[in-house]
Amino acid sequence: MWEHIRSNRIRSVILVVGIGILLLLVGYFLGLYFFNSGTGGLIIALIIWAVLNLVAYFQGDNILLTLSQARKISRDDYPRLYNIVEEMKIASGLDKMPDIYIIDDLALNAFATGRDSNKTAVAITSGLLQKLNRDELQGVIGHEMAHIKNRDVLLMTMCSVLLGTIVILAWYGSRFMFFSGTTRTRRDSSSGGGLGQLVIFIVAIVLMILAPIMAQLIYFAISRRREYLADASSALYTRYPEGLASALEKLAASTSQLKSANQATAPMYIINPLHKKGMSASDLTSTHPPTSERIRILRSMSGASFIDYDRAYQQVYRTRKNLIPASAATSTGVVSLRAARLEAVEEEPNELQRARHTSDLLWRFNNFKTITCDCGTKLRVPPKFKESTIKCPHCGRIHTV
Amino acid sequence: MIALYVVIAIVVILLIIFVATYNGLVRLRNQLKNAWAQIDVQLKRRYDLIPNLMETVKGYMKHERETLEAVTKARNVAQQAASSGAGERAKAEGELTSALARLLVVVERYPDLKANQNFLALQEELTSTENKISFSRQYYNDSVLKYNNQTQMFPSNIVASMTGFRAGEFFEVTAAEERKAPKVSFT
Repeated sequence: MWEHIRSNRIRSVILVVGIGILLLLVGYFLGLYFFNSGTGGLIIALIIWAVLNLVAYFQGDNILLTLSQARKISRDDYPRLYNIVEEMKIASGLDKMPDIYIIDDLALNAFATGRDSNKTAVAITSGLLQKLNRDELQGVIGHEMAHIKNRDVLLMTMCSVLLGTIVILAWYGSRFMFFSGTTRTRRDSSSGGGLGQLVIFIVAIVLMILAPIMAQLIYFAISRRREYLADASSALYTRYPEGLASALEKLAASTSQLKSANQATAPMYIINPLHKKGMSASDLTSTHPPTSERIRILRSMSGASFIDYDRAYQQVYRTRKNLIPASAATSTGVVSLRAARLEAVEEEPNELQRARHTSDLLWRFNNFKTITCDCGTKLRVPPKFKESTIKCPHCGRIHTV
Repeated sequence: MIALYVVIAIVVILLIIFVATYNGLVRLRNQLKNAWAQIDVQLKRRYDLIPNLMETVKGYMKHERETLEAVTKARNVAQQAASSGAGERAKAEGELTSALARLLVVVERYPDLKANQNFLALQEELTSTENKISFSRQYYNDSVLKYNNQTQMFPSNIVASMTGFRAGEFFEVTAAEERKAPKVSFT
């Protein structure tokens, strides 16, 4: 089932190498322009790249989790979420249980981190926890598990480091060029290297303008393809594409934006956190495929295998292009869909109950104590509360803190 | 002389292919064992949950002795079948699954029970364990399919038959009740 990882890795490596070559070109020509030595430029480019890489490797997941103000939860904090993550861990065949984080934000989103399978995490917003039922949550978590399983996080980190290096080089290069431009050309023309110098100058300028844009486009292309693959894998894990489809529908309909996301971290999320409503996202500069198309593909699947996803993809986009490599597609047999579950039988908590559970959790995170009065009122006692007893404002019973 | 080199080269290449195929088969077989162990963990978890569930439910459901007994009996049968092969075991576990499903349908008639915190927590555990069983079964069956393909398809089947890899057994659900969603009438 997992051969697609290998064949996709080759494709991804080619794209990463593409960005790498762009970086080397930028470094070489900037070096040639500034100190008449391409090698010097290459060395500077590689040093910047190495430093950024080290930071990303050792701090990447921490930075992302800290930036989004995620809090780690244990099994007892929210058994239902823990169970769903464990279910998806089993379905995906992952060896180790990822850590689970909650982001206190009403926006609906989720992301996964972890460069190798030993230290991984999934984070979801509290809004998501409230709004989605079990099937939908399974779909979303399955999508994140697929990112972990397919090593997408590692790949996207590598790409974004390369991209970042190119952006830094181009930015500083252009500043220095315009700052020292006039004096240089005068001296060079007197030494007689006119035409060669001009060519280097033009190439350097063109590279500085185009390289960041091209690198970004490659980055986005990789990101979009990875999203489709994660959707396909999620459908395969859950055997129930409708779950993810209706979750995506809710995510797309939500208007609140995630406070803690930015352009660099956007590809990590399940839907683009910066997406503005009403904007057509089907262009080259989007990190995610348009959500409406993703939903349509999931809804037109006739089975849960990769072949079914591929067929649905071709149907929706009216193309004959394969999304999933043939070697991966044929390795799963016929995979039938699971029937919809009857929520009434399953005794699933409804939206109100889910909201209550989630808010209990968030109060507890902020060190508030919760006392449930016999009249049904929930008293939230702040951590600074000094008294030893508290009176219920509703019925007047006295509780000890 | 050249002919000798060619023969040596061919032998070396064949040996490399043989070793790679063999290692691939071993990896698949280990994945299979691992997946089987995962099913085992979840089934044991379900055996452990049932006595707790019975304790909680007993006080509320005085008129449902038959349903309760059916669950306990199915659990004991399944536990005894734990040491037998995949086919036998799947049958016993299927019975247990449908007995539990019947119990959870009956619970609908007891609003007091449905408000019990202890029961709600147990029910979440039970639902999730059922899901985990079906997901681990799904992963196991996918692994079996992949492993069997490797042991039966040319050319890896030559290596498989030489080194004694036998086809794996699927874990199929045999109880008819589980395949169709239970019918509930709200009257």
